Amino acid sequence: MLPWRNTLNNVMLPLEIVPPYKHEFGQKKDQFIRMAQDLLSTVRLQDFQKQYPWQLSGGMRQRASLCRSLIHQPEILLLDEPFGALDAFTREEMWSMLQALWMRVKCVAILITHDLREAVFLSDRVFVMSPRPSTIIYEVKIDLPRPRTLEQEVSDEFNHYFSTIRSHIHHN
Amino acid sequence: MLPFIATVLLFVVWELVVLIFKIPAFNLPAPSNILRAMIEFAPQLAANSLRTLWTTLAGFFLAIVVGVVLGFMIGYSRVAYLTLYPLLVAFNTIPKAAIVPLLAIWFVANAIPAVVTAFLLAFFPIAVNVALGLDTVEPEMKDVLASLGASKVETFQKVGWPHTLPYIFASLKIAASFAFIGAVISESVASNAGLGYLIVQATSDFNVPLAFAALLILGLLGVVLYGFFIFIEKKVIYWAR
Repeated sequence: MLPWRNTLNNVMLPLEIVPPYKHEFGQKKDQFIRMAQDLLSTVRLQDFQKQYPWQLSGGMRQRASLCRSLIHQPEILLLDEPFGALDAFTREEMWSMLQALWMRVKCVAILITHDLREAVFLSDRVFVMSPRPSTIIYEVKIDLPRPRTLEQEVSDEFNHYFSTIRSHIHHN
Repeated sequence: MLPFIATVLLFVVWELVVLIFKIPAFNLPAPSNILRAMIEFAPQLAANSLRTLWTTLAGFFLAIVVGVVLGFMIGYSRVAYLTLYPLLVAFNTIPKAAIVPLLAIWFVANAIPAVVTAFLLAFFPIAVNVALGLDTVEPEMKDVLASLGASKVETFQKVGWPHTLPYIFASLKIAASFAFIGAVISESVASNAGLGYLIVQATSDFNVPLAFAALLILGLLGVVLYGFFIFIEKKVIYWAR
């Protein structure tokens, strides 16, 4: 997050850069503000729009960053261990937030993670990769209904997926 | 509050020391004596203060323009960094007081040497800080802009420039003081007006209280200038605390 912008302006940043939003920014500013506020309320940050990054916790900044990455309706979202720096409970909260955002914006999301539960919770399809040289050695479709909840994490189905994937992870 | 109390205390102690040890005004005038000189010579003090102030500010603003441009060149271009930086360091090491007589020969002993000296002392810290600011932009921020397809110019507008502002302001406080010093040094060596000139004139007339009065006003102006930039800094770079 850029420290000299408040949360709202940080989330709107892509709209200032990516065409066609960039060229419409002048006329459609109010609409863009509403788009940003909409995403922020999906992750429960609507009361923090005027705050600056140093006034937010790590988890809140992460949530705002997610909004920023989706506001311009990208076709693909790449997430490289996005929640690695968060504690376990915040991480689970973020899964629900990410799911909620993704279900609104609908793009192809590619998530890289070492957390198997995260992979099963969030994904439609999970690919397991081998150690170097990395190739895809296993693929499984996760057939759990959406929106997925944290309660489902302890279900038999969930655990079945978890252990199947686990069995394919090679340790050197 | 505390600085005011300390200053008042200083003057009280000063007055008492002069009184008790019967120090002649020739050597160390008492604050009461200085105050009398201030009142008596108020018009000259005012006129010369104004002169020093505007030569300082003129040199200072020139220094900002040149310093920022140089800083960007050094910060963005490897070639510029390798060629300009050593030259600037070498130049900066030369005591500017030694250059003033030269300036007097070139420009005659008027306001110009003062402005030029102020500029020469002030531009280097600004250039260095701007270059440093540009050098320390977090790669993650640049990556965010790059991933959105931003051009180099856009990245500079939205990340490079705001990031460098705190560095610029940090150098402004220092550069303003240097510009002030530069102007006064120049005035004391080769000028026809200004507080530096007034101090030299006063001492050659053996009017020590007047010289001290000018000195005190110098100190006050320096503090006011510094405080002004601290005030602006708080407003403009609100995020860098």
